[in-house]
Amino acid sequence: MNALVTLPVLLPLLGAALSIAVGRSRLMQRIVGVATLVVMSGLTVALLGRIDEDGIAVTHVGGWTAPVGITLVADRFAVMLLLVSVLTMLAVLVYAIGEPGAEQTHVGFHPLYLILAAGVALSFLTGDLFNLFVAFEVMLMASYALLTLGGRPDQVRSGMTYVAIGLIASTLFLLALAFVYASTGTVNLADLHGKIAQLPPGIRSALAVSLVVVFGIKSAVFPLFFWLPDSYPTAAAPVTAVFAGLLTKIGVYAMIRSQTLLFPPDTWPRELLLVIAGLTMVIGVLGAVAQTDIRRLLSFHIVSQIGYMVMGLGLFTVAGLAAAAFFIVHQIVVKTSLFLVAGLIELRLGSDRLDKLSGLGRIEPVLGALFLLAAFSLAGLPPLSGFVGKLALVDAGFGAGSYAIVGVSLAVSLLTLFSMTKIWSNAFWGPPMSVDVAVGATQIPDLASRRAMLAATGTLVALSLAIALWAGPLYQLAERAAHDLLDPASYLTAVLKR
Amino acid sequence: MKLRSLILDTTVRLVFDAALVLSLYLLFAGHNRPGGGFVGGLVASGALALRYLAGGLDDLFRTIPVRPWLLLAGGLALVVATALRPMFGGGAALDQQAFEWALPVLGTAKFTTATIFDAGVYLIVVGLVLMIFEGLGDDDTADSHSERVGEDRR
Amino acid sequence: MSWLTIIAAGVLCGCGAYLLMSRQLSRVIVGFGLMGHGVNLVLVLSGGERGEPAFVDAGTTATDVARFSDPLPQAFVLTAIVISFGVVAFLLALAYRSWCLSGADDVEDDLEDRRIAAPGQRADRNGAAS
Repeated sequence: MNALVTLPVLLPLLGAALSIAVGRSRLMQRIVGVATLVVMSGLTVALLGRIDEDGIAVTHVGGWTAPVGITLVADRFAVMLLLVSVLTMLAVLVYAIGEPGAEQTHVGFHPLYLILAAGVALSFLTGDLFNLFVAFEVMLMASYALLTLGGRPDQVRSGMTYVAIGLIASTLFLLALAFVYASTGTVNLADLHGKIAQLPPGIRSALAVSLVVVFGIKSAVFPLFFWLPDSYPTAAAPVTAVFAGLLTKIGVYAMIRSQTLLFPPDTWPRELLLVIAGLTMVIGVLGAVAQTDIRRLLSFHIVSQIGYMVMGLGLFTVAGLAAAAFFIVHQIVVKTSLFLVAGLIELRLGSDRLDKLSGLGRIEPVLGALFLLAAFSLAGLPPLSGFVGKLALVDAGFGAGSYAIVGVSLAVSLLTLFSMTKIWSNAFWGPPMSVDVAVGATQIPDLASRRAMLAATGTLVALSLAIALWAGPLYQLAERAAHDLLDPASYLTAVLKR
Repeated sequence: MKLRSLILDTTVRLVFDAALVLSLYLLFAGHNRPGGGFVGGLVASGALALRYLAGGLDDLFRTIPVRPWLLLAGGLALVVATALRPMFGGGAALDQQAFEWALPVLGTAKFTTATIFDAGVYLIVVGLVLMIFEGLGDDDTADSHSERVGEDRR
Repeated sequence: MSWLTIIAAGVLCGCGAYLLMSRQLSRVIVGFGLMGHGVNLVLVLSGGERGEPAFVDAGTTATDVARFSDPLPQAFVLTAIVISFGVVAFLLALAYRSWCLSGADDVEDDLEDRRIAAPGQRADRNGAAS
């Protein structure tokens, strides 16, 4: 049991070390990378099965028990998201291997990717606030380097923005940590639950708001999202895809975890979160509608969809949190697959400017089908996974009596559908453009690589279909996870007493 | 680098070994006293930086025959291996053990497995700093820079 | 809690924030360094009153332990220093790359700014949006 909780963090680090050591052979690096992620997903499935039956699993690193040492905690919410993240990372890695780009030209891609996986796993599994900071940094360091692999001028420029924002967020996080430690004398999440409740209300809400700001930058919510659409689109397609799918969602995860576990419900008005959620949705989707590049358009949609997750948190009911958890799972898969489709389009036609594309539907019918499924799922058309997620959110909104946010979320869905049809009608509709002219500097990959990339994208789309198909059991799991979040008694006993 | 300062050269030669010994001392003292892998690694990198200032990249990589990324990989592997090892015995990750021996002349020697972890950190720091030198410590133009990166890829 | 440390942390953060506003990349990086140090000082302060170094030997008694300063924030700070060391090194590499590419030590305009500034692109954008 101990090993199951620790290995998802340690294994990718070991894989990264191996991957650096065999850097001379790209084939060995690929084997190491794929094998590590396969084993990791196997372990995570086993872990999810175990904790869904036996309850929360805890391990104390180095044998130092809870309030003092570093604890890793695996509860349903964390492991559920970890599983989807690892599966997504695996699919993207297969795509990256097929793509002529970052993976093939840079010895550092595989080690960095595995270190990113370790950071992601640690962020989900950590049971203390400082360790969460370390996990974020591990993840961010890998992402800084991945974002700028290749060192093209636009990458260097957007990388600067990204690193600067990352650094400012980390600095604020450290400051918030200093305040938390100064006022409570602990950073263990379970221990903080009891100690923060005893603080005077003023200090409590100051701590809560400073953590919301920190995680708000990471997850790109309304006033703090400006960096995202500027920096994500310049990286290599698989890198953008994995960032879009995972990194912001980890910010949301941290926000949900800290707001539910650390702060009692009366700490600060949660309605503010609903306002933030609504503004994030609207501003994000309006930004998306105005864009003419597919990747920038999709980047604005990341922001807009984050609003739905924050809405689930802001409702602060079991139904709301369960819907948010379900929605995050759906988003990780769908967003990543959309970015992979965008990468395939760019590879085929040499551009992702909508005004330059035309008639892809005739040349690439499979790609068109994949895009339609993912795009409609993002917009929330029945019977796809996005529909289930949004239905759950709307239902939770009605349940909590927050009609305004429900209205906003429905209107935003409509605009999302509009901007998706914009991509469809510009890129896939119309007379086919002559491909030979369109292909720019990008090399055309051979058939095997193309099949690998299409298969990876297809698997992710199939995963999103599976989410819709097994929405019932998955939603029940999300509901159990939400119960644990709102009633942390089992979390506290698991961590503080062995 | 053709112009080399005699004074700098000689001083570096004198200081270099002493600094390396100091870094090793810090590495081993780290368990119960100020020091540790990171600090030791930084002192060692400082010594290597002096070497670089005096003789340039060629001199630096003649001093360290191992490629920097191998140091990095070795360090990382050492760290993870120390973390994984106790788990085979059913313990928690990163559990540490201490060994003591009574040696003939020297008295008791104490060794903890945490030292191996620190050694890993030491290697990572040195490897990372060497990689920074390799990437940045060169006043050539961008072209030759990317050429060298191209060599590394092979 | 020492007033001197608090003032030092404030001055460091202030200078760092000022340098961050600058257009020159190298100044921005120095600004990040200074701000990081300022925050690290705050983190040290979060440990409370000063005390003896927390090293436990064979002869350490309970009264010694009571006089120890809190070692946990110091461990935090050490970790934070290691991390900021890495990030600042990476930023420097990025700035160097930027200098290699453009020959300037400036923070560049972002994509939207440039699109708005370029008159030729504007017609293009309107054409696509309609």
